[in-house]
Amino acid sequence: MAASNTVGDVLRANGVSRRGFMKFCAATASMMALPPSMVSAVAAAIDSAKRPSVFWLPFQECTGCTEALTRSHTPTVENLIFDAISLDYHHTLMAASGDRAEEAMYEEMEKNYGNYLLLVDGSIPTGDYENYSCTNGHSHLSMLLKAAKGAAAIVSIGTCAAYGGIPKANPNPTQAVGVQDLIKDKPIINVPGCPPVPTVMTGVLAHYLTFGTIPELDKFGRPMAFFGQSIHDRCYRRTFYDRGMFAETFDDEGAKKGYCLFKVGCKGPVTYNACATLKWNDGVSWPVQSGHGCLGCSEPDFWDKGSFYRPLSAAYWGDAKTVGISAAAGAAAGLAAAALARGKQKKAQQQEEQA
Amino acid sequence: MSGLSEIGVKVESGDAQEPELRGNTLPLLHEIHHALERLVASNEPTVIDVQSLPMGPGDLERLMSALGDGEVRAELEALGTTVIRESRFSGVWIIENLNGKGGVASRFIEITWVPELLQAQAEDVQKGLTELAGALASAGN
Repeated sequence: MAASNTVGDVLRANGVSRRGFMKFCAATASMMALPPSMVSAVAAAIDSAKRPSVFWLPFQECTGCTEALTRSHTPTVENLIFDAISLDYHHTLMAASGDRAEEAMYEEMEKNYGNYLLLVDGSIPTGDYENYSCTNGHSHLSMLLKAAKGAAAIVSIGTCAAYGGIPKANPNPTQAVGVQDLIKDKPIINVPGCPPVPTVMTGVLAHYLTFGTIPELDKFGRPMAFFGQSIHDRCYRRTFYDRGMFAETFDDEGAKKGYCLFKVGCKGPVTYNACATLKWNDGVSWPVQSGHGCLGCSEPDFWDKGSFYRPLSAAYWGDAKTVGISAAAGAAAGLAAAALARGKQKKAQQQEEQA
Repeated sequence: MSGLSEIGVKVESGDAQEPELRGNTLPLLHEIHHALERLVASNEPTVIDVQSLPMGPGDLERLMSALGDGEVRAELEALGTTVIRESRFSGVWIIENLNGKGGVASRFIEITWVPELLQAQAEDVQKGLTELAGALASAGN
């Protein structure tokens, strides 16, 4: 179907009834973290929205982001999102490959110059290491610079594309960087996570599809709708933090009773993402519910911020002020426990330095 | 049925918690109560997107158990199956959109007289009217 058709046209051509369409809009509004009262506005916008052309370029990555998206648990709605956009290139998903596929991609980019959405996953090696990550003989750096020129906006999918991610972790053997370090003249939406929550990825696409604009972003370029609140603020275990009830180890009584995981290293207080509400695997669970603290994978440089199992109060993450703010949000018991944990941490650090 | 849902999961921590720490069931029931009062007093419906709320282990089960089953249950086949059922509190509806594997993709609680999805939509009625007229015409009537 031509990219110029509206999304409403595409859905009707697929035999979607008005009732089905309204259901689609309710699911889409939920996906975009909009209140249910916005469903009518979403329906009006989607009905007349132009079908955007989208190119997805995977760079130095593990394919985890694509895996997460294609195995997401709302296939009906998400398939429709992909029917409603014109996904013109994704070399992991498409059958074609080699020179012909690349030529077709650049032809489509030329036709939609200035209007297409460019999705990128994976970091980009630079400098002397540029050629360490290539597709069909072209470095990913050169592919990004070429594809970005005609893009209306770029979506960096995953922490690698957003901030360099694990490839950038010390000692960063390929001098990897994120998209925003290289492209300065285009709107960039960062959708970090390792991988990102699938609903967040489709939610961002749905927003662009619906309103034709980029959503409101935070200081790290992330959509506020999904990254506006910390994991800690939305965590169902928050009540335990406020009461000073913590798991001290992964197998003690506190852990069995589902107490707060702050003292075993949870990075929830300084991590912004939607895992606590959207969850994973058919909405079955998420890391904290499964008994492991948040790793903070949607934050820049999360891999280089010290052990995942040290309490935040050790201040590897952010400065003491940041941790102080998160602790202040809790009750006095939480504060006392945080101070205690900080004391223990200092001692542990000293012991480590002496060893 | 989803492959994941076939894996036996036993939630232990939920029952081990003190009742006052059991998360969102009670606050949500209060919210539904306020919404029902609003519906009766000013005819104003409310929709709660359950997916947007942080739910702990066992929270959702406790909420669904508290709401129970009422007199009406309907299935809608449009873009996959949707199950619409009234709770034991008349006017409080639970709407579950199922994914292709039978799992719940999204869940809403609507506090209204009749959920909008159950009503025939003007556009579909118009289409039905045209199709019925066409069928009659081709039958020679």
